[in-house]
Amino acid sequence: MSSNSSYRILKNKIAGGLMFSITVFSVLLVVLIGLGLYLKSVPIFEHNSFWHLIKSSEWRPGNNQFGFLPFIAGTLWITLIAVILALPIALLSALFLTEFSKSYLKKWVFTALDILAGIPSVVYGVWGTLFIVPWISEKLAPHFVEYSTGYTVLAGGIVLGVMILPLLISLFVEIFSAVPREFRDASLSLGATKWQTSKHVILRKTFPGILAAVALALSRAFGETIAVLMVCGNLPLLPHSLFDSCYPLPALIANNYGEMLSVPLYESALMLAAFLLFIVVFIFNASSRAVIYRIERKFK
Amino acid sequence: MKSYPYQNPSRATWAEDYSFLNNDINNDEGLAFNKSYLKVKDLNLYIHKAHILKNVNLEIPDKKVTCIIGPSGCGKSTLLKTFNRLIDDTEGIKYEGSILVDDTDIFDKKTEITDIRKKMGLLSQRPCPLPMSIYDNIAFGCKMHGERNRKKLNQIVEEQLKAVGLWEEVKNRLHAPASKLSIGQQQRLCLARGLAVEPEFILADEATSALDPISSKHIEELFVKLKQDYTIILVTHTLRQALRIADHVIFMYLGEVIEAGSADEIFNNPKQELTRKYLEGAFS
Amino acid sequence: MRLKFIEEKIAKGFMIIASLAVFAFVVNIIYTIFRRGIPALNWAMISQIPAGGYYNGGGGGILNAIVGSLYIVLCSTILGLLISIPVVFYLNVYLKKDSRLAYIARLAFDVLFGIPSIVYGAFAFTIMIYLGMHTSLGGGILVITLLIIPIFIRSMDEVAQQLPKDLLDSTYALGATKLETIKVVLRQIAPGIATATLLSVGRAIGDAAGVMFTAGFTDSIPTSLNQPAATLPLSVFFQLSSPNADVQDRAYSAALILIFIVLVISILGRLITNYFSKHKI
Repeated sequence: MSSNSSYRILKNKIAGGLMFSITVFSVLLVVLIGLGLYLKSVPIFEHNSFWHLIKSSEWRPGNNQFGFLPFIAGTLWITLIAVILALPIALLSALFLTEFSKSYLKKWVFTALDILAGIPSVVYGVWGTLFIVPWISEKLAPHFVEYSTGYTVLAGGIVLGVMILPLLISLFVEIFSAVPREFRDASLSLGATKWQTSKHVILRKTFPGILAAVALALSRAFGETIAVLMVCGNLPLLPHSLFDSCYPLPALIANNYGEMLSVPLYESALMLAAFLLFIVVFIFNASSRAVIYRIERKFK
Repeated sequence: MKSYPYQNPSRATWAEDYSFLNNDINNDEGLAFNKSYLKVKDLNLYIHKAHILKNVNLEIPDKKVTCIIGPSGCGKSTLLKTFNRLIDDTEGIKYEGSILVDDTDIFDKKTEITDIRKKMGLLSQRPCPLPMSIYDNIAFGCKMHGERNRKKLNQIVEEQLKAVGLWEEVKNRLHAPASKLSIGQQQRLCLARGLAVEPEFILADEATSALDPISSKHIEELFVKLKQDYTIILVTHTLRQALRIADHVIFMYLGEVIEAGSADEIFNNPKQELTRKYLEGAFS
Repeated sequence: MRLKFIEEKIAKGFMIIASLAVFAFVVNIIYTIFRRGIPALNWAMISQIPAGGYYNGGGGGILNAIVGSLYIVLCSTILGLLISIPVVFYLNVYLKKDSRLAYIARLAFDVLFGIPSIVYGAFAFTIMIYLGMHTSLGGGILVITLLIIPIFIRSMDEVAQQLPKDLLDSTYALGATKLETIKVVLRQIAPGIATATLLSVGRAIGDAAGVMFTAGFTDSIPTSLNQPAATLPLSVFFQLSSPNADVQDRAYSAALILIFIVLVISILGRLITNYFSKHKI
């Protein structure tokens, strides 16, 4: 064997080892982040039980009272509204794109989606404060409540809904396109209309995939920070209607992380907030991906 | 490193220029021409639990065109891919027995797999040019094996393109993407690419099945021409093709070698009932 | 019998409305930002750093933030590529299709992909405190790199998984080691790399939550990795939080500049992607 050849083989082995370590390290990063956040949030458990933290809505860091309920409620509300608003739009337009539209139309809509996906979240925030917030406070809220600033749960939900649209649509398009041609042909040749085919074949076949995509979008929505922070009002109170302000978890971290060092347990409380986000995102991502993998395998 | 008891003549004449490929060329021309340098002994191959190749024993004659025929799924392609161990990447693969190339067992732990593969040019079913220019497609292998001299590379590229009759067609656009060639041209380019790293064998896996009749004929003629310098092993579906170009034929059925022998023998006077039935078109 | 055709019409109508809604959002967002952003936009904004009292209506511009953002995006994109290309290559060439490590790694990258940038930011900040580091350009680059690596890997991996087996086989057949197939693999997935870069750059330049604690904010342009750096999204955010209406108007202009940069990058990216696709088989 010439020296050139053994040098090449050695290089191959070394590179393999190196790449293996990078890969393993990135896998460990997940564990590292989870562990780090957990360890940092442990101190707060010495004074409060986990359930107490979750259930209480008293937020007085000065008195060592950390009730997370308003923040959790705020996050859940906003996310829920965002998904309720975005889901039908995303489903319908994804169906339109895969089953109905001509290719030139597709090109246009995809370009719009690309732009939507590329817009930085701070710009969504600006748009929210310029358009959605005044619209709610001037046009919509007066029909329902006496007064609203517009910086509300609803504003957060709408902005977030628009933000997750491109993600949802592209996931749906991916899933719908994975359904083999034969299924459609079979249904169409029975005399079904395109819509009947979509309803009975495409949507039914891909139902687990749709759930998984929604879970993925949910986890993205949970963590969105800056845009939501700009339109939600950020009052640590339990919201009672769509027109109340709220204070989602990510906004809590973003607003207070800098100045928390003066209050001893504050940092730990914020780390707990980050840890909660991490856990939720972890569970949603892992389970939805597992479903998507299974679907892809089924059709392949 | 051991010396080869045999070097084919064209390699010997190029030996000076190609010293980077083999520092130890030992030109024993004319020694045992009809000897076999590819021997398969008791080869058994399993993928997961399926027994794909059953107790295969073969000797592939040197500098001849050997055709492996048999119905689909009989293990022809698997056998071919075992020769250069491309089969290694298949999930759940397991093999027993040995394949000797120049008396080196290719399954031996000490055998370097890339050295084996360098000796075996592969021509796949569909032409698969590398995603680079025509020139780089051919130069890629040589560069990889250590040739850096631009002049020599140019020379190799020209030589190999001429060898497959592609030079005149592409000499003015050597730096165009290879994917822009017609499919027949691509297959010839792939052959030239394989030849450029100086193999001893050419493995072709139904190499003409994706081509139009004219391109296909072109490749067949090339095989006949190239067998002066190389041992060619051809998996084919078309019996006519085997009839046209085979010197030696191996008939496989359900993972077993049923019969092997000279083309004349197999086609005109098959010893096994199965072979006869297959040749008559009883099953395919 | 007629009913199903009526149903079809109605359904199609809704679908068209939904697709138009997507358009409407894009147009509305861009229009809103343009309308409010154009008036305060001037040359000083993109050519000067903030002068004294900028956030109370003083003179100057946001060059510090533009440069800071570009520094962070450029460095983290390069770092991200250097780390993610080997990983994608390893997953798709070195590991077999049914490899357990590949499965776990892909799952891990999916999870990393979903982790909010604020969590990355908080995590990185904790580590920075632990290491005694201050908010700095280096910290910002670190967090953004962490943030975009999963994006890189996921989108490149999607393309790499489609890599034709024949292509690898042809390369191996020439006697290539696994490492040596990288030249072939890279050329084949080049369009995928370009798309991934595009996505990552867009995400990196727009991210505010991650750099908030790690890169800090400053009025000057950083000259070393140890100095804090301003970023465009944060600049928009801070200016918007100002009670002064003039400063708020500038926030809209800054948002406009941000959108502009993102659009330019995505158009350039598309052209580059087309260029890289030419050798693809």
